[in-house]
Amino acid sequence: MSNPPTKVPSHNPLPNKERVKLPRQRVPEQEPQVRAHNFQEVNLGFPEEQARQESLRCIECSKPGCIEKCPVSVDIRAVIDLILAGDYLGAASKVREDNALPAITGRVCPVDDQCESGCVLGKKGEPVGIAYLERFVADWERETGQFGSPVSAPATGKKVGLVGSGPASLACAGDLIQMGHQVHVFEALHELGGVLVYGIPEFRLPKEIVRHEIHVLQRRGVVFETNVVVGKTVTIDELMQDEGFDAMFIATGAGLPRFLKVPGEHFNGVYSANEFLTRVNLMRAYRFPEFDEPLYPCTDRDVIVVGGGNTAMDSVRSALRLGARSASIFYRRTLVEMPARKEEVHHAKDEGVHFEMLVNPVEFLGDEKGNLTAVKCIRQELGEPDDSGRRSPVPVNGSEFVTPCSVAIIAAGTSANPLIQSTTPGLATTKRGYISANEETLATSKPGVFAGGDIVTGGATVILAMGAGRKAAKSINAYLTGLVVVPN
Amino acid sequence: MFEIVEARTLARGIKLFVIEAPRIARKQKPGQFVILRLDDRGERIPLTIADADATAGTVTIVVQAIGKTTMLLSMLEAGDSILDMVGPLGKPSEIENFGTAVVVSGSVGTAMAYPTARELKRAGNKVISIVGARSKDLLVLEEEVRAVSDETYVVTDDGSYGDKGLVTDKLKELVAAGQVNYVLAVGPVPMMRAVANLTAPSKIKTMVSLNSIMVDGTGMCGGCRVLVNDSSQFACVDGPEFDATQVNFEVLMQRNNMYREQERASIERLQADPEAELKRIRDSVHSHECAAEAAAVSHE
Repeated sequence: MSNPPTKVPSHNPLPNKERVKLPRQRVPEQEPQVRAHNFQEVNLGFPEEQARQESLRCIECSKPGCIEKCPVSVDIRAVIDLILAGDYLGAASKVREDNALPAITGRVCPVDDQCESGCVLGKKGEPVGIAYLERFVADWERETGQFGSPVSAPATGKKVGLVGSGPASLACAGDLIQMGHQVHVFEALHELGGVLVYGIPEFRLPKEIVRHEIHVLQRRGVVFETNVVVGKTVTIDELMQDEGFDAMFIATGAGLPRFLKVPGEHFNGVYSANEFLTRVNLMRAYRFPEFDEPLYPCTDRDVIVVGGGNTAMDSVRSALRLGARSASIFYRRTLVEMPARKEEVHHAKDEGVHFEMLVNPVEFLGDEKGNLTAVKCIRQELGEPDDSGRRSPVPVNGSEFVTPCSVAIIAAGTSANPLIQSTTPGLATTKRGYISANEETLATSKPGVFAGGDIVTGGATVILAMGAGRKAAKSINAYLTGLVVVPN
Repeated sequence: MFEIVEARTLARGIKLFVIEAPRIARKQKPGQFVILRLDDRGERIPLTIADADATAGTVTIVVQAIGKTTMLLSMLEAGDSILDMVGPLGKPSEIENFGTAVVVSGSVGTAMAYPTARELKRAGNKVISIVGARSKDLLVLEEEVRAVSDETYVVTDDGSYGDKGLVTDKLKELVAAGQVNYVLAVGPVPMMRAVANLTAPSKIKTMVSLNSIMVDGTGMCGGCRVLVNDSSQFACVDGPEFDATQVNFEVLMQRNNMYREQERASIERLQADPEAELKRIRDSVHSHECAAEAAAVSHE
């Protein structure tokens, strides 16, 4: 991690003043009217020529802000130069030195707040399309069937267990196998990938991409075991004492869905975003009856989604693709405070998603069969900033109104799943029930046990979870080679 | 892959499976359940564990063919494999010496109540079992239940075996006699609700095992939420057993009907060509077995 930017002779023939004049390349996308009715990927990615054109825009800063803003410090400047040199496999390998899942992060990273926000071009115009370039090299590698296989260190004979197969674990697995350790990943569900397969929809991250990245890890020797709920099927202590694991990394993800705790949430048609997305993505309910898992019907009905994050955007755009008559975001703040990626908000708008700002549900209404018929909301205005620095919504007295809807999806965040904490003696937790881990080492209060990702931080992003996975791999390696790791 | 080592029909439309699942067999306790999936396009369904053998590494489930997946599962035989099975999930039944414990079960619920009845007996309770079914040919595990109970009463709706009537008729007598300290009811929702209503006035501790619709079974989706004491509880992690007096059975029934039309469509699709569906799930399992072998070879 945090390699210093490599000094390379530039392959960019243009002087800087020419580079800054080049417009940012527009990535080809499926037309909004078309894509609103299918689950295929929206963003089609740069073709080779566009990737080269976009790469020409990089002015090769001596202190690249993009690398500074990347949670895993990918050497972006070097990657771009390798693209200009025409060495796409080399560019992919360069990304992989710091990022085990480039085809995934190139699609889902919140670049507005990370690499692209650090790009100096963004100060006067538009930043370099870094995520699109990362995706280009990763897709090129996969589509041409090539693989810049990193060489692993000699086998250490140490065995590490990873709990969960989401981004934190996959990143951790990539580094640990490289360091010569045996890696065994336990997954509770029947399919590998965690939030990458149950949470993020096909139109934003095709499952095939996730499967490929996992296959690469399998080829490098990582063992995956599905259908194991650690904490229920087997405990952390049993794995370490009876099954010979020398260290464990807990990365079980976000956990329990938060409901609004308003009357009527039990009505048929009210979903947590977790359930709605799990049915659609993991279980492929959008292909019912070819696939068995049913979904409460959205076709020709009004769907509302409560929340303003990426999960809310994924839910509302999925509902639209399922044939909803109307699909609306109900958010208690305004567009400015919305935590979703800008690209997702734009995509949703283009596709016809309706945005209802400064509203908050106070009750769900249903019929005698228990089916949802409407939502009662109250309007909000923005008051003083809260802990998050965003202005907090305050209800406007007497502003209640009722909107008919058949499906309501609640994307109001998650809280800690206690499964592992409650079955692992000696594992300290925070006040909110997340696992306590040292910020630098990710060591928990229990020797040999490390934790990272959403189960430590609460709901965050794929790339932050990956950053935690890499940090944990480094600490686990130190722990296994006899160095002292600061416990929490 | 989870191999079926034994499969036999217990009653009309009800089949018992012994399945190789060493991790689950080692950890399971009475009252817990598994979630299984038969093939790549399959749904995930919860099924209560009826028995287990930690030494042999097997768990036993009893399945009534009422939906697409349970119908397909009932077509499988020893030697077949189940693609995915995860567990044990949920909290185990509360086992202590209550005094006199009455275990009321209806239909296939008897298979789910049986391991708890056995543990209650072991804990020193006087166990009275009331086993109900619509008719004699739907009755299961009567011998097993008798073996772990001090008293066993069988009732059928149509009087084709045992007493004619409802399980609550018998329970009413026992409650009136004033000797009951604990009741567990497992079966159809109307039966569990009737039991709850019956014991509520006497304040006898009464538990019911809820059969809500689930997806992941680990608390992640919240689909199985039930109203207990007017607040949302997740049957998969907070249950499946809850205090009967606090359960909103009306909401449970409504939520269990949520996908009724899709369920009907799935059954029709299956019944149009059951053999083709059976072949499809066997092929699906086979292709996963091949992939697993290939992965194992590439690691060597």
